[in-house]
Amino acid sequence: MKVTNKFAMTVLSRSSNEGFARSCIAAFATQLDPTLEEISDIKTAVSEAVTNCIVHAYKEKLGNIYINAELTDDNSIKIKIRDKGCGIENIEKAMEPLYTTVGGERAGLGFAVMQSFMDKIKVSSKKDKGTTVTMVKKISPRFSINA
Amino acid sequence: MAVEINVTGEVVTARLSGEIDHHSARAMREEIDNAVELNMPTLLVLDFKDVSFMDSSGIGLVMGRFRILSKSGAELHITGASSPIHKMLKLAGIEKLAKLEGR
Repeated sequence: MKVTNKFAMTVLSRSSNEGFARSCIAAFATQLDPTLEEISDIKTAVSEAVTNCIVHAYKEKLGNIYINAELTDDNSIKIKIRDKGCGIENIEKAMEPLYTTVGGERAGLGFAVMQSFMDKIKVSSKKDKGTTVTMVKKISPRFSINA
Repeated sequence: MAVEINVTGEVVTARLSGEIDHHSARAMREEIDNAVELNMPTLLVLDFKDVSFMDSSGIGLVMGRFRILSKSGAELHITGASSPIHKMLKLAGIEKLAKLEGR
């Protein structure tokens, strides 16, 4: 697979950047000519990953969220969202639907949404070092009548 | 205003608009909870017609309101959900907690 385009950004873990980050990735992904549903899936998955960095990785403090995206020649987008926060002790547990460490108004569905809306997801984490979430979505090819 | 509240008898309707994420959900929750506390409805309708985006923070919002309403035996209905929002509600199994009305 060849990388045909890439994009990187760093944002502070402020909640106002949730909307900014998902809009940036969505705008970049439009180069693959996705459907509205595919764009919405990507936006939602990115929103979940960035929110995790803000709510869990950095909690009360501010830190950097590193976002990378690559387009590949199989018409896919690969998105990497990385933080240098507290890390996840038990990734398997964290990925269980409805599991949340903060309770209250968080549904505990972040990873379930990423898994269900994207084609692939990989999570790697080290305690006190940070977490990296890598997600891939293949955009369905669309053929025009004149092609 | 991200939430427009309408009260008709014992029914409170909260019409949400814009994008629902972790950033925006808090203010929405507060407005809805104030209206529920003030009016003590038997039915709360959450109208998503003007919501353009929602992540799982919206699910947290729905589940949290369900918990509050169930203390007084009140019901929760959801209306106007677009197809991406419907997909999210379905993933979370919200139809077990609230009635989903026409899209």
